[in-house]
Amino acid sequence: MSTLSEAILGAPAGEYVDREVDIAFAHDGTGVLTREALREMGVEQLPHPDRLRLIFDHIVPANTGTTATLQAELREYARASGIALSDAGGGICHQVMSEGVVRPGMVVVGADSHTCTLGALGAFATGVGATDMAAIWASGGTWFRVPETIAIRLSGNLSGPADPKDLALAYVAKLGMEGATYRALEFVGDGAAGISMDGRLTLSNMAVETGAKTGIFYADAVTVRHLADYGTTVSPQVPEDCRYERTIEIDLDDIVPLVAVPHRVDTVREAEEVAGTPIDQVFVGTCTNGRYDDLARFARIVRGKKVAVRTLVIPASRSVLARAIADGILADIVDAGCTIGSPGCGPCLGAHMGVLGEGEVCLSTANRNFKNRMGVGGEIYLSSAATAAASALTGVITVPEAA
Amino acid sequence: MQGTGPAVCLGDDIDTDVIIAGRYLRTKDRSVWAEHAFEDLDPTLAPRIRGAVIVAGRNMGCGSSREQAVVALREAGVVAVVAESFARIFFRNAVNVGLPVIEAAVSCTDGARIAFDLDNGWVEVDGVRYPVCPLSEKMVAILRAGGLAPYWRSSR
Ligand code: SF4
Repeated sequence: MSTLSEAILGAPAGEYVDREVDIAFAHDGTGVLTREALREMGVEQLPHPDRLRLIFDHIVPANTGTTATLQAELREYARASGIALSDAGGGICHQVMSEGVVRPGMVVVGADSHTCTLGALGAFATGVGATDMAAIWASGGTWFRVPETIAIRLSGNLSGPADPKDLALAYVAKLGMEGATYRALEFVGDGAAGISMDGRLTLSNMAVETGAKTGIFYADAVTVRHLADYGTTVSPQVPEDCRYERTIEIDLDDIVPLVAVPHRVDTVREAEEVAGTPIDQVFVGTCTNGRYDDLARFARIVRGKKVAVRTLVIPASRSVLARAIADGILADIVDAGCTIGSPGCGPCLGAHMGVLGEGEVCLSTANRNFKNRMGVGGEIYLSSAATAAASALTGVITVPEAA
Repeated sequence: MQGTGPAVCLGDDIDTDVIIAGRYLRTKDRSVWAEHAFEDLDPTLAPRIRGAVIVAGRNMGCGSSREQAVVALREAGVVAVVAESFARIFFRNAVNVGLPVIEAAVSCTDGARIAFDLDNGWVEVDGVRYPVCPLSEKMVAILRAGGLAPYWRSSR
């Protein structure tokens, strides 16, 4: 009887396995080093270019000549080696991979720590470094240590103003920043069924903030519907009785809006406790909360009103942007006085487009609030898109109203 | 595989953003990463880690998968990193670039003399020996080769 990770990797926890991978991707940041490592290794032919992807998302469009040149070299490499490229503006790698590429049961590696996001689709998905990625591109596979699994058993339903992001912050706070190092998180229980695919991607995304290798959901009706939208037919995965290292029970009805305060993602307070904290910028986006559900929730709160601080909204992908345009919510967001950025990571990693100045405070929907991450001397609070919307309207951290 | 150097002690949860900040990632010039290593933690640290063994607490190297973090330490002349526990991508990255990583709970102060022997599985602080969590044979082979790329070339 296996956990989902054990079933996909085909061995019990603790064993080392060599596995072919189904999808292996890198982005404009890590791709440069992957390319360098391949050169150093003397690898010219890649055995399975059809399984590889390059996604430009970290600094797009390029901010300097140096960045542009590095991207141009990588673009040329993708073309010459037959690797599909999602160029600037296509979106954040994890989001793009969730839009019909990754399927349940796959083994997926990405040269980015938040590759665990794709566990939401029932895949074993984990992050690796650039040199590891080079060896994977060169050989088609890699070794894994099959992880022990911590179950997060969900019951009830999210209610009132609570969002999946609040649930994500709740479990990160419970586990702590290293509470699940080397482990997999498995989201199970009746409460999981009621969470949308966008919400699941948020939950899986933050698994790495507890040190976990992946955060995985069993594919169910929600997954089947999500992939059907991209023309892909898949079957649900049936959970077996299995042994978890430990189980954390969370009643979704207990979840309230939460905020992670600087500079640790596991230092989490009820939004109510930090309400009134002045902010200089609101940032809605990233691979955690730049999806359609987030933009829609944000738009419903700011519609017909004006934001009181500079507010940056960056859709996680072009298809999220297109849907937000088609549904009219983008117009609501723009009318409220927000700035729209081109799909990608935006200021999340502190490299461009919306970084903070010394002493500035940002309320962000991202996943990390490490010291100086969005700019030297800046402070980052993390929240849901709903809390971000309510706070954008007042200029201080504000608890959102019920959805 | 053995080594020795004076200890430079850090705390728990040292994330890869403080090892090398996102603003320095946009280059292939490794000396830039070495020069700015730990800048946001302590700007005086980078020159002091040359020839030293970093001794950290729990969850060393958490956060971003950026391999520039381990390359920065290697290029800055760090001999090895000892920590009570490591974040898994950092650990794998370190081996892949040939930077010895040693999982052991040791207590010491800056300047203590650290010695280690990965083949025999120990680390010493001022002559006091501590057991270490052993690396797999393959990992030791990769480290001995100087990283995954040279290991790959020599094993083809
Ligand atoms: S949005 Fe932020 S956390 Fe997500 S991949 Fe981009 S830089 Fe990393």
